[in-house]
Amino acid sequence: MSKIHVTTTVNGDEVEFLCDSRETLLDVLRDRLNLTGAKEGCGTGDCGACSVEVDGRLVCSCLMLGAEAEGKSIATVEGIAEGEELHPLQKKFIEYAALQCGICTPGILVAAKNLLERNPDPTETEVRYWLAGNLCRCTGYDKIIRAVMDTAKDMREAS
Amino acid sequence: MALDEYKPQKGGTEYDPEKTEFTFVGTRPDRPDGLDKVTGRAKFGADMSAPGMLHAAIVRSPHAHARIVKIDTSKAEAMKGVKAVVTRADFADDIPFKPGMGGELWNVLENVMAGEKALYDGHAVAAVAATSALEARDAAKLIEVEYEVLPHVTDVDKAMAPDAPVIRAGTRDRSVPEGFNENVVRYHESGHGDVESGFAEADLVIEDHFKTEATHQGYIEPHACLAMLGNDGKGELWCCTQGHWNVQKLCAALVGIEQSQLRVTASEIGGGFGGKTAVFIEPVALALSRKANRPVKLVMSRSEVFRATGPTASTSMDIKIGMKKDGTITAAQGTFRLQGGAFPGAPCEFTAMCAFAPYALENVHQVGYDVMTNRPKQAAYRAPGSPMAAFAVESVIDELCKQLDLDPIEVRLKNASKEGTKASYGPRFQRIGLVETLEAAKAHPHYSAPLKPGQGRGISCGFWFNHGGETSVTLAMSEDGSAQLMVGTPDIGGSRASMALMAAEELGIPYENIRVTIADTASLGYNEVSHGSRVTYASGLATIQAARDTVRKLKKRAADKWGIDEDAVYWEDGYAKPSGPNAGEFEPMHISKICAKMGATGGPIVGHYEATPEGAGVSFATHIVDAEVDPETGKTSVVRYTVVQDAGKAIHPTYVEGQYQGGAAQGIGWALNEEYIYGEDGRLQNSVFLDYRIPVASDLPMIDTVIVEVPNPGHPYGVRGVGETSICPPLAAIANAVSAAAGARLRELPMSPPRILAALEKQANG
Ligand code: FES
Ligand code: FES
Repeated sequence: MSKIHVTTTVNGDEVEFLCDSRETLLDVLRDRLNLTGAKEGCGTGDCGACSVEVDGRLVCSCLMLGAEAEGKSIATVEGIAEGEELHPLQKKFIEYAALQCGICTPGILVAAKNLLERNPDPTETEVRYWLAGNLCRCTGYDKIIRAVMDTAKDMREAS
Repeated sequence: MALDEYKPQKGGTEYDPEKTEFTFVGTRPDRPDGLDKVTGRAKFGADMSAPGMLHAAIVRSPHAHARIVKIDTSKAEAMKGVKAVVTRADFADDIPFKPGMGGELWNVLENVMAGEKALYDGHAVAAVAATSALEARDAAKLIEVEYEVLPHVTDVDKAMAPDAPVIRAGTRDRSVPEGFNENVVRYHESGHGDVESGFAEADLVIEDHFKTEATHQGYIEPHACLAMLGNDGKGELWCCTQGHWNVQKLCAALVGIEQSQLRVTASEIGGGFGGKTAVFIEPVALALSRKANRPVKLVMSRSEVFRATGPTASTSMDIKIGMKKDGTITAAQGTFRLQGGAFPGAPCEFTAMCAFAPYALENVHQVGYDVMTNRPKQAAYRAPGSPMAAFAVESVIDELCKQLDLDPIEVRLKNASKEGTKASYGPRFQRIGLVETLEAAKAHPHYSAPLKPGQGRGISCGFWFNHGGETSVTLAMSEDGSAQLMVGTPDIGGSRASMALMAAEELGIPYENIRVTIADTASLGYNEVSHGSRVTYASGLATIQAARDTVRKLKKRAADKWGIDEDAVYWEDGYAKPSGPNAGEFEPMHISKICAKMGATGGPIVGHYEATPEGAGVSFATHIVDAEVDPETGKTSVVRYTVVQDAGKAIHPTYVEGQYQGGAAQGIGWALNEEYIYGEDGRLQNSVFLDYRIPVASDLPMIDTVIVEVPNPGHPYGVRGVGETSICPPLAAIANAVSAAAGARLRELPMSPPRILAALEKQANG
């Protein structure tokens, strides 16, 4: 079967790839572009471990085809830090131990960053509902929610 | 498991009551692997690739119980891109079947790849490797399996019935009394005193029946591995596991090679909770790799994880407890029936032994049955067997308190096990902290906070044994005075940080100067699986001992340099110092100075420790929960939650809190929503996260924690494992809160909306 040629932007870099029409964006990121930061926890859109931004919108990359990335701008966990400077959310997640195993962390960071860009002052309930699509089995979410809320506060104070 | 009484250990591994001041232990530094894990660069099971790598897929039985008549692989083998197909014939044929747990290796093989029969929906029957994952999946569909479907059973009580279909004749061991269906494969009985006379002394006796459904550990990372095996019998394996030496041992046996010839590297692990202590896909990937002579990557789908990897046992339990008007428990009796799938091993003895452990009882008797059904082989899940027992026992105690109008914490304090109590399961307790957790719960503002209308409060205690296990640690000094610590227990939740803290404490060098590596199987002696809450206890103890061994060697170098006896040197804050005026006048020598010269003063400085520590102190917890039940929808919301647990000594308190919170959250899921649902056809009906719903962020409140520290006599700093006990109390605590909120007692888990509505209706109809 002939492959599809796709040109897209990932974390600001222009990339080209060939993919099968059945491959998901997550498959392409992980297996063709070697960006293994996004994880596959379910492949059915239920766990959020594969969260990425497509043109600024939060999506489950396991639910989007690789071919659909044509002409889009994709942002993954690998692009959150600026050079050696971690994003405030990344720093706070380490400081608060908002991760135990860390498999959910890439997806949660992408989702939380997307939230704070839309809403710099979310309530606890808003954070909980925004992250309701990102499963974490280890932490009980307590430290994750606190890390997101306190990062938002720090960022508000800094701006 | 360390079920025996604590034995004092040789060589300074016992608790040192003098050591109360710590420099590093008890602080909360950033974890060493934090940056890797927030940037996406940490490599988990599915994140590794190799040149020339193939991808694999597994063919699984759609039937709960079926004879495999024929497997035709010819069409798959003829497909372009397919490089290897394996069935049971490609695995070792010299592994003997034995009854009970004696044949565990055979059980593992039979579970990894079905032999004559498929024993549950999802049982692997064949596998294929091809040049891409899509091709492998397509090829799997071309493998034709002819089945003769057999009658099946998936419920524990039904499987014990005389006419139930027998899963595998000859499996029961000699512990099982006469007269049971052959599906009852193991039996446990323990206790002391005379329960009948105890019940006669009681003012109130309550007897009740409880059931819990199977739940899955639900780690977010599916099982994944990358295998390379040549026909020279040498292999490499990368996989996500809680214990890579165990993987090495099992895989080598299953594919018929020498253990030492298989080097296993543990990837970062995306959760395990007991479910990654077994092997499933690893031997299959190795067999495919050997046949294709190429590396093979095999990753499970979520639905494969649910259908074919370890859920917990489901249970059916009878509890009878007698109490006096003043709250004294006079006798307790429990019968625990656990189904653990199509293999022996459901932890019926743990359920029975944990059930009444929190209480000092004169008369106690417990019985456990291990029952086989057509379900996947159960695997350990966080304090395996204990949460279900606590659900049943603590519900009955709550009901007794209610009917006798007694405070549930006072009653538990009155009966609580203490140091010297003869445990319900046999030995006498050493120093334990149950009373302290109950006192802390009583004093916590949560316990006296007013409730809103429609809310109810529940409490429960919980118990877990904790474990030591085979452990091996090496600490190598570098020339600049920094240290490389090699441990063999995968870091599932921040254990690198606690190991580095303990090493820093002993060496007297900064936490940041220690690099902790999870060594592969070729680089360190055997390490038991990361289970039984053993890592901070056992790897921690070994780290302390390896650091002390290193310090001894460092002191010797200083003593030689100064020309004095090594006993005249002591170690403080990273310096060798002469121990007093008699030892001579010498400038303290810093670790970096000693290490800079190590090549010329006797060679590399390396400390190590190997042992099977047996002093894992048992651990207790008390949880308080407020729940609200919506009488219209039957939905239960947890509105406030407090965990109080004895950690012995918290090395990194933030990660201890994390264990408490995580256990509580998993318990909330188990109590309210999670369950394996089987259809009449014996197929699992909810094998995706949409249908098997674990708690999400919007389901939960903040989870408050209180760390109680009653030192464990078997660890130099007093550490007790903390990972598992936290899941023991939630099931009962929530059931008790629901009972207080809604007036209805739920005896079956999960307390899902339909069950709550049914209970409310029953209540209303009297
Ligand atoms: S892998 Fe995409 S949502 Fe789970
Ligand atoms: S930290 Fe393990 S799943 Fe979130």
